[in-house]
Amino acid sequence: MTKQIDYISKKEFMEKLESYRKGSITRRHFLNVTGLGVAAAVMGSAVPGLRPSPAYAGDIGDRVVLATWPNYHDPANFEAFTEATGAHVQVNVFGSNEEMLAKLQAGATGWDVYVPTNYTIEDYVKEDLIEPLDTSQLPNYDASAFDARYAEAGSVDGKLYAVPKNWGSTGMAVNTAHNGGKPISSWKEFFDITKDKFSGRTMVHDYQLTTIGSALNSFGYSFNSVDEAELADAEKLLIEVKPHLFAITSDYQPGMRNGDAWLTICWSGDGKQLNTDMPEIHYVLGAEGGEIWSDYYAIPKSSERKAAAYALINFLMDPEVNTKEVLAHGYPTADARTYAMLPDSLRNDPILFPAQELLDPLEFGAAVTLTDPNRAELMARFKSA
Amino acid sequence: MTHRTRNWLLLAPAGTWFLVMLIIPLTVVFIFSFGERAPSGGVVLAFTFEQYANLPARFAAFKNTMTLAPIGTLSALLIAYPLAYFLAVKADPKWKTILLVLVIVPFWTSILIRSYAWIFLLGGRGIPALLDWVGIEGVRLINTPFAVLMGIIYGYLPLMVFPIYVSLDKLDKRLLEASSDLGAKPWRTFLQITLPLSIPGIATGCMLVFILLMGEYLIPALLGGGKVFFVGNALVDLFLQSRNWAYGSAVAVTLVVVMLITVTVYMRLLNRLGASREDVSIM
Repeated sequence: MTKQIDYISKKEFMEKLESYRKGSITRRHFLNVTGLGVAAAVMGSAVPGLRPSPAYAGDIGDRVVLATWPNYHDPANFEAFTEATGAHVQVNVFGSNEEMLAKLQAGATGWDVYVPTNYTIEDYVKEDLIEPLDTSQLPNYDASAFDARYAEAGSVDGKLYAVPKNWGSTGMAVNTAHNGGKPISSWKEFFDITKDKFSGRTMVHDYQLTTIGSALNSFGYSFNSVDEAELADAEKLLIEVKPHLFAITSDYQPGMRNGDAWLTICWSGDGKQLNTDMPEIHYVLGAEGGEIWSDYYAIPKSSERKAAAYALINFLMDPEVNTKEVLAHGYPTADARTYAMLPDSLRNDPILFPAQELLDPLEFGAAVTLTDPNRAELMARFKSA
Repeated sequence: MTHRTRNWLLLAPAGTWFLVMLIIPLTVVFIFSFGERAPSGGVVLAFTFEQYANLPARFAAFKNTMTLAPIGTLSALLIAYPLAYFLAVKADPKWKTILLVLVIVPFWTSILIRSYAWIFLLGGRGIPALLDWVGIEGVRLINTPFAVLMGIIYGYLPLMVFPIYVSLDKLDKRLLEASSDLGAKPWRTFLQITLPLSIPGIATGCMLVFILLMGEYLIPALLGGGKVFFVGNALVDLFLQSRNWAYGSAVAVTLVVVMLITVTVYMRLLNRLGASREDVSIM
């Protein structure tokens, strides 16, 4: 009982916060507090109307728990799923892949479906935390419909563990009004201008992968480098830049929107949202490169409702449902069937679907980048410097 | 039922709670702190002091905590004391309850939401814009140690007000009259009667605020913009981001030890203060 009351308050909090900031909460937004699970929004269980009537609670049980990122679904789709199957969808929102991994490593989570990013899947397999997928239970999944670039990380050693959800890039958002109407074009420029006329106006993520990756990029090194000398260069740069930063946060939309910050490392979906509301904010990819990522649906080994998990993934793989998802969250999909159903305005959007020559230098995050203890410790030294 | 069994039964719920929720987890953390980080995160049990040897890498977090926690406690005390004094001694009894409720009202809203409000107050369109309007330009408040201090004082003030209020409210007013009859000026009465008698309240308030501040995490995270780093923030990062449970455990054990030492020293000082006060009053 107390648990449910708890959930309601979290949900209310999230709703208030979201409406307050007009949907400005970022994907993977690391409110920090999410670390404590405070921002875990739970839908379904909190709303009596969404609870299944016993008559429908058939094969798959009465609920399914989804661990995902903020603003990454169309709630109406979940309602439709509940209506069709009798299982209500309980959503837990997370801040970072590290956090998801930490929770699964720590033991039972109660999750049935979760949304890992490409570079984590190998580790989940290694740690035996992820269930191999039985495609016969996913009739809506059509492997041939997906661009391999965004689907291949779902398979490890020839076995399918995860099916693609959405993809995106990590670039930068710049408020051009403070730079004579000009955007910024490279990571080198990003750090140079931060030390100069943007001093006190720049944000970097509270996320080692992208913050260290961008610093590495500015030297022309790989986003994924774990080379000690290269990491030392990145650390020196980050510590030199730190006094000039406005904040180290992955919750960067509020700062950009209220004008306190003029420049930030940015995920493409946030870039799209910022640009839509404030056209002077441009989303750009660094000339040296940067990150390209792909999120997947997967089932944790510990799930006790695997039938419901398959049913939910299969439902969300339906191109029509997926189209509604994309319209709601604005992240591109690798599913050609869904792409075909999107309106032209989205298909031609340069932020969602950048030109190929801009995508070419981008790198997918590597598994070792996530787990490398030196990178983690470097980030911690930078933050506590 | 004998007296003894009854006592045991009465203590059993709290005892079990402490065992399961405190003693066992603390033991686990203590054991982990001698371990090593597993290759993809977590902990491998071992017996090494490597994690403790690496503690200097979090020196800044300890330094920030050990600076801002005492400053925050003292500032809260300085602001809370006159308020508590007013509520207990000066306020019209008719209004007292309402005024006390007003002190509690902020607690009806989550500290998270209230801290978010501070983000906007201290942000570029809040207080700095107001200052700009009256001619003080270029003030930056959000994401500074000052912002964290503001959040701390604001968040913890009621915890300081109440213990002081209670000790002042219980104060025997006849002592004040006696002091005044014997010719003491008001400030002397305050220094020799009111202040010493409210020391238990001050001590409790400071202790409550200080201990909670040592483990503070939310306010620096929200108002410090990730740049003002407390031990609490270091711990969250170690467990949830770099997943170095062994090192995280060592930092946690160290925090507990630092806190125990600080609180012990504090209690000793208080006892000595209490003893010397008796000397004075005998004279």
